[in-house]
Amino acid sequence: MVARVQLPATAKPGELIEVRITIQHPMETGFRFELGGRPIPKNVINSLLVRYNGTQIFRAEMGSGIAANPYLQFHTVAKQSGEIEVAWIDDNGERGVEKAAIAVTSG
Amino acid sequence: MLKRARRRFFSFLAGVAALPLLAARAASGQPVDPFADLVRKTTGGATVKPGRVTVDTPRLADNGHSVPLSVSVDSPMTAADHVRSITLLSQRNPRPLMATFHLDPAAGRAHVATRVRLNGSQRVLAIAQLSDGSFWSGEAEVEVTESACLDAT
Repeated sequence: MVARVQLPATAKPGELIEVRITIQHPMETGFRFELGGRPIPKNVINSLLVRYNGTQIFRAEMGSGIAANPYLQFHTVAKQSGEIEVAWIDDNGERGVEKAAIAVTSG
Repeated sequence: MLKRARRRFFSFLAGVAALPLLAARAASGQPVDPFADLVRKTTGGATVKPGRVTVDTPRLADNGHSVPLSVSVDSPMTAADHVRSITLLSQRNPRPLMATFHLDPAAGRAHVATRVRLNGSQRVLAIAQLSDGSFWSGEAEVEVTESACLDAT
């Protein structure tokens, strides 16, 4: 699975930063059918966790109401340099992890 | 024999006469709102106050496959007073519970944006649970010209 986590490259301590996540995933609803008429089983990313240097900062429980290739955007406060790690799991039990680094300097 | 037949005929007539009455009662009786039921389920029966939550979507979406939606909650986001979670509910989707986002006091700002699937024009509801346990809600009306739950193949 391909995913992208976007952050500002640098931030000042205490600055509000925007985290944007996109994951390539069909988010299959379970309501669609193959050409042969067989139903396509539901498969969505049901749980997503975001950690900032190991501490959880955001968690999402998603259903089929979230569009394919889910996009999430939220905020957090820059504390220290390090990385933001996004981990997720779908209905098939497939896991994925993506990271992005941020440098926090008071310059 | 004849008497019984007549009696049966009259009871049948009475039954037919009562049919529209029954139908009228079903239509005008207790309004059953499945959406309210779902809201009750997500909040565990607690009352939801309207306000403090703003749902931002385009007023008109060409199709329901991917509708940008953002939710912001009026909250200082401090350890003492912050938004715990935001739940997105759809009125017309086959699975009305679209997502739940759990925020952290460290988020600094109670704002989440995503893209949702919508099965037709409807009201989208966002319910926020604050750290004091209270629930607040906001909603947006979206007009969807092509719904998401049709099979495109």
